[in-house]
Amino acid sequence: MALINPRKKEVQVKLVYYGPGRGGKTTNLEYIYKKFQKSIAGKMTTVKTYGDRTLFFDFLPLDIGVIKGYNIKIQLYTVPGQVKYKATRRLVLRGVDGVVFVADSMALREKTNLASLKDLQENLATFDKNIFKIPLVFQYNKRDMAKQGIPLLSIEKMEKSLNSKLKVPSFEASALEGKNVVETMKKAITLTIVSLKERLELKG
Amino acid sequence: MDYTVEFDEKQFESIENILNEELIELGVQNVLLIDLAGNIIVYLDDGNTQHDAYSLAALAAGNFGAVSAMAEIIGEKDFPLLFHQGDKTSMHFNKVAQDLLLVVVFGKNISLGFLRLKVAQAIKKIQDLMKTAG
Repeated sequence: MALINPRKKEVQVKLVYYGPGRGGKTTNLEYIYKKFQKSIAGKMTTVKTYGDRTLFFDFLPLDIGVIKGYNIKIQLYTVPGQVKYKATRRLVLRGVDGVVFVADSMALREKTNLASLKDLQENLATFDKNIFKIPLVFQYNKRDMAKQGIPLLSIEKMEKSLNSKLKVPSFEASALEGKNVVETMKKAITLTIVSLKERLELKG
Repeated sequence: MDYTVEFDEKQFESIENILNEELIELGVQNVLLIDLAGNIIVYLDDGNTQHDAYSLAALAAGNFGAVSAMAEIIGEKDFPLLFHQGDKTSMHFNKVAQDLLLVVVFGKNISLGFLRLKVAQAIKKIQDLMKTAG
C-alpha cells in the first residue's frame, strides 16, 4: 500500500513489473534507467544470477513531480520470472500499488504468459488484492522479433488470450528498442495515482 | 495482509525524535524505519554519512522477507533480529511490528551490546506510540 508521509509531503508508490521469465521485465527497467539517468537521483539496483537472470528483484526509484502538494516517488520493481521463484515473486509483490504485466509475444510462449498471469492472480490474493481491481497495464513485448522471422501472436490473439476478461490498457512494445516502454510506464503510473487520489485528498 | 498502519504528521515527528534521541545521538550513522513493502517511514543520518536510502530500504525489506520465509521452513515464526557484520560498518535489523523494520547502520565505534539496548528502548517507545495510532 502506498506510503503517504504528511510530514515530508511525500508519497511512495510501488509499481511491479511481472511476467514470465525472459519476457523483458528487466529490459524495461534498464531502458527507463538509461533514458532518465540524468534525472534519477538513485541507481538501478539488481540482484541477479551469474547468468544475468533476475534472482531476487530489480529496483529503480523515480521522482515524478508534485501532485496535490505531495512529492510522488515511484518505486519500480521487477520480479524473477522463472517458475521456481514463485515464493520470491510473492515477497516482491508485498505492498504493490500497480502492476505492469510484460507478456512475451512469441507464439511458443502463449501458455507461459497465461501461467504467469495466473501466478500473479494467486500471489495478489495472498495479500487480499484482486487482479480485477488493482491498477494493471499489459505490455505485449518483443514485437521486434517479427523482423527476425520469429512467429509472434497477433495483438488480437494476445488480447483475447490475456485481456478478454480484465479489459485493461495494453501496449505493443519492444523493450529492446525502447518502443512504448515509457508509454507503458506512464499509463501504469497514471492509473495507480488515480487509484490513490481519494487517500491523498483525505490527507489534505 | 498489507501494511495498514498510517501515521499522522505528529506521529512521524515523534518517531523521528525517538530515533534521534536513542540512536543518532548514540553515534550511529543511519537509521531507517521501513515497512516490509520497502517504503521508508523515517530516514535519519548523522550528517556525515549518506547512503542511497531508497535502495537500502528495498533490499532490507526483501532481505528480511526472504529470511522470514526461511524461518518458516525450519519451523520458526520468523527471525526478528538480524545482524550483518562488516569490516568497518555493520547493519542491524529489528522487527518493530508485524510490518515494520528498524535498520541501523553503524561503525566500529559503537558497541553492539549497547546498540541492542538502545534499539530495544527505541522499539518499545515506537510500539507504545503505535498503540495510540491503532
